[in-house]
Amino acid sequence: MVLEGKKRGVHPHKFTLWVALASIVMMFAGLTSAYIVKSNQANWEVVETPVEFYYSTVVILLSSLTIQWALRSFKQREMSRYRLLMAITGVLGIAFIWLQWVGFNWMWDNGVTFQGSGAGQFLYIIAGLHGLHVLGGIVALIVVITRAFVGRTQSYSSVPVEIMSTYWHFVDVLWIYLFIFLIIVK
Amino acid sequence: MNQESNNTVRPEVHVTHDGHHVEHDHGHGHHKETFITKYIFSQDHKTIAKQFLISGMIWAVVGGLMSVLFRLQLGYPDQSFEILETFFGRWAEGGQIKPEFYYALITMHGTILVFFVLTGGLSGTFANLLIPLQVGARDMASPLMNMLSYWFFFIASVIMMSSLFVQTGPASGGWTSYPPLSALGQASEGSKVGMDLWLLSMAMFIVSSLLGGLNYIATILNMRTKGMSMTRMPLTMWALFFTAILGVLSFPVLLSGAILLLFDRNLGTSFYLSDIYVKGQIMPNEGGSAILYQHLFWFLGHPEVYIIILPAMGLVSEVMSVNARKPIFGYMAMVGSLFAIAILAFLVWAHHMFVSGMSPFLGSFFVLLTLLIAIPSAIKVFNWITTIWRGNLRLNPQMLFAIGFVSMFISGGLTGIFLGNSTIDIHIHDTYFVIAHFHIVMGVAAFFGMFCGVYHWFPKMYGRYMNSTLGYIHFWGTLIGAYLIFWPMHYMGLAGVPRRYMDFRGWTSFNQFGELNKFISIVTIVVFAVQLLFIFNFFYSIWKGRKVRSMNPYGANTLEWTTPIRPGHGNWVGEIPEVHRWAYDYSKDGREFIPQTEPVSPNETKH
Ligand code: HEM
Ligand SMILES: [Cu+2]
Repeated sequence: MVLEGKKRGVHPHKFTLWVALASIVMMFAGLTSAYIVKSNQANWEVVETPVEFYYSTVVILLSSLTIQWALRSFKQREMSRYRLLMAITGVLGIAFIWLQWVGFNWMWDNGVTFQGSGAGQFLYIIAGLHGLHVLGGIVALIVVITRAFVGRTQSYSSVPVEIMSTYWHFVDVLWIYLFIFLIIVK
Repeated sequence: MNQESNNTVRPEVHVTHDGHHVEHDHGHGHHKETFITKYIFSQDHKTIAKQFLISGMIWAVVGGLMSVLFRLQLGYPDQSFEILETFFGRWAEGGQIKPEFYYALITMHGTILVFFVLTGGLSGTFANLLIPLQVGARDMASPLMNMLSYWFFFIASVIMMSSLFVQTGPASGGWTSYPPLSALGQASEGSKVGMDLWLLSMAMFIVSSLLGGLNYIATILNMRTKGMSMTRMPLTMWALFFTAILGVLSFPVLLSGAILLLFDRNLGTSFYLSDIYVKGQIMPNEGGSAILYQHLFWFLGHPEVYIIILPAMGLVSEVMSVNARKPIFGYMAMVGSLFAIAILAFLVWAHHMFVSGMSPFLGSFFVLLTLLIAIPSAIKVFNWITTIWRGNLRLNPQMLFAIGFVSMFISGGLTGIFLGNSTIDIHIHDTYFVIAHFHIVMGVAAFFGMFCGVYHWFPKMYGRYMNSTLGYIHFWGTLIGAYLIFWPMHYMGLAGVPRRYMDFRGWTSFNQFGELNKFISIVTIVVFAVQLLFIFNFFYSIWKGRKVRSMNPYGANTLEWTTPIRPGHGNWVGEIPEVHRWAYDYSKDGREFIPQTEPVSPNETKH
C-alpha cells in the first residue's frame, strides 16, 4: 500500500501549484514593499494610471468567469461548450495583455520613461512582471485547449483543467491587488 | 499490488511513471534505459542527487582553490608567486594579484561556496537522495521538474563559470552585490559583463531552487507511505521541509531585487542610484536608494544562511541518533525549534544593516528578534548533546563529523550573539570578526553536516563504503585546521582589521598580525590538501571501496535501509513498506534497534 487515498485530499500537482503561487506572491510582496519604502522617500514621482488599465481589469475579471464556467462544463462533460469557453478565456487573456501594452505606450508617450525611480518605473516592472505571468498562463491555456481539440485520448480527469483555472484566477486576483495598490499608494 | 491501488488513487500521476516500473521491478524490463536517460537526463531522484553532489564537489574545489590562492597573497603581500600568474594570467602579472582581481576572487569565492556548494550542492544532494527514500515514495512528486531543477543549476553553473573567463573579469562587488558598485558598469571592471553574467546565473539558480523546493514540499506533504504521519518522519525530513519553505518564500524576493538591479544597470532606471560621482563625473541617476537593495537582498540573505544550515542540522540529528544507538532527545522540541528558526529567519534580516544608516530605534527591534534565535539554537544544541550523553557511541567518521558540527555551531553561534547587539556590531561590522563568525557557524559547520551525510549515505548511493582511515585523517585535519584558521580571526576583528582588504602593510597598528596572517595561510593550504584526500577517497571508493553486504549496514530504523543495496528507479521491489512507528526506537526494550516498518507489539513500552 502506498497512499491513504481518503485522507490526502489534495492532489500533489495541485498542491505544488499552491506552493508556487505562494512563491509568486512573495516576489510581488518584495516589489510592492520596495514601492512603499521608496514612495516615502524624497524625489518620489507619481504617475497617472492609464485608462486602459481599467478596461483590462474588466477583461481579466470576465476571463475568470469564463474559465470557471469552462471548468463546470468540463465536469458536466459538455465538451463543445468547454472548448468554446476555454478559447474565449484565451482571447480575453490576449486582450488583457494588449490593453496593458497600450497603457504602457500611453505612459511612455506622456514622458514616463525608464529614467528615474518613481511610481512609473515601478509600474512598468510590476505590471510587466504580472503580464509575463499572464502570458505564461496563456501558453498553458493554449496547451490545454489544443489537447481538448486534438487529444488522441479522451481525458476524464479534471485535474489539469482545475490547475489551469486556479492559476488563472490567481493572476486575476493578483492583478486586482496590484491595481488597487497602485491606485491607493501614490 | 501497490501499483494498482496507487493507480486508482492517483491515476494521472503514476500511470506513465510507475506503470513502467511494474515491469521493471519484476525483472523483465521492456523499457530500456540508455546511458543518456540513466546517467544524464535522468529523472531518478537518486541519480539527480549524485549529479548535484558531484557538481557541488567540483565547485567546492574551484571555490576552495580560490581562497588558497588569495590567502597566499594575504599572507605574503611582499612576495610574488609564480603559481598565481599560472592560474590568473594577466590578473596576477609578476605573481602578485591585482587589487581589482582580489575583489573578483573573494566575490566568486563567496558566491560559489554559499550558493553553488552549500545550497545547490548540499540541499540538492540530500533532499533528492533522502526525501523519497525516507518518506517512502517511488520518486518525487514531479520527477520531470526535479530533473529540470538540476539542469537549471547546471546552466547557472556554466554561466557563472564562464564569467571567470571574460575579458573584464567576473563580478567583483562582493557576494552580496551591493549597488552602486554592482549597478554602474563604469564603477569597476567587474561591474561590467561579469556582473550581468552573475545576475543571469543567479536568476537561473533561483529557478532551480524554486523547482526543487516546490517538489520537496509537495513530496513530503503528499507522497508519504502508509503510516508515515508527519511526526513519524525522521528529523532529516523536517529539516529539509523547512529548508524548502524558506527557499520558496525568500528566493523570489531576491529575484525581484535582482530585476530592479538589472533595470538600473541596463535600462537607465535609478531604483538604487542617487547622487553618484564616478571618476569625477556626476551620474544622471537620481532618487534611488542603495539601502533598498540591502533590504531586498538580506530578506533572502538571512533565510539563505538557514537554508544552508538546516539540512546540515537534519543530517546530523539522524546520524547522531543512529550512531549513539539512542533515540534523538526531544524529537518534538527539535521540530519546534526548526520551526521557530524558520519563522525568525524572516524577521531578522536588518541585523546585517545596523551600520547602513538604518534608524537605531528600528535597529533595537532587530536586536531583540536576532537574540531570540539563540533560544531555539540552544535547544537544538542541548538536545544533540543529550542524545550522545551516555550513548553507546560508534565513533566512525560520520559520527565525528556530526559531533564536530555541534562544536562549530556552538562556537559560531556564540559570536553571533556579539554581532546581534547593534552597539557591539558598530565596532566589529565588516571586520574579520564577522568573517570568523560566519565561516565557523555556516561555512565549516555546513561542510561538516555535508561530510557527515556523505560518509553515512555513501553506501546507499554507491553500494560501497568509504575508507575510514582516510575519513579520520580528513576529520581531524579539518577540525583542527578550521579552528586554527578562523579562531584567530576573532582577535583580528576585535582589533579592527577590516574584511575585503588585500594589503594591510599601510596600517602600523595591524602590523602585529603579519605573522598570524602567514600562519593562517599555511594552515589553509594544509586543510585544502586534506579536502583533496576526501575527494580521492570519494572517487576511489565508488569503484574500489569495500562492498556493502547487508541491506541495513548500520542497524538503522529509517526506510532507506529497507530498499535493496543498490535500489533501482522506483526504490522498492514490490510494495512500499508500511510504517508503524517513529524513526528513533533505538535501545528499546532490550533491543538495539526496531525498524520503522515493524508493527508495535502490544507489550512494548511507550516512548
Ligand atoms: C545565534 C545565532 C546568530 C546570530 C545572533 C547571528 C548574528 C549575526 C549578525 C548580527 C551578523 C551581521 C554582522 C555584521 O555584518 O556586522 C551576522 C553575519 C552573518 N551570519 Fe550570523 N548569526 C547567528 C547565526 C548564524 C548562522 C547559524 C549562520 C549560518 C548558518 C550565520 C551566517 C552569517 C553570515 C553568512 C553572516 C555574514 C554575511 C556577510 O556580511 O557577508 N549566522 N550574524
Ligand atoms: Cu543574518
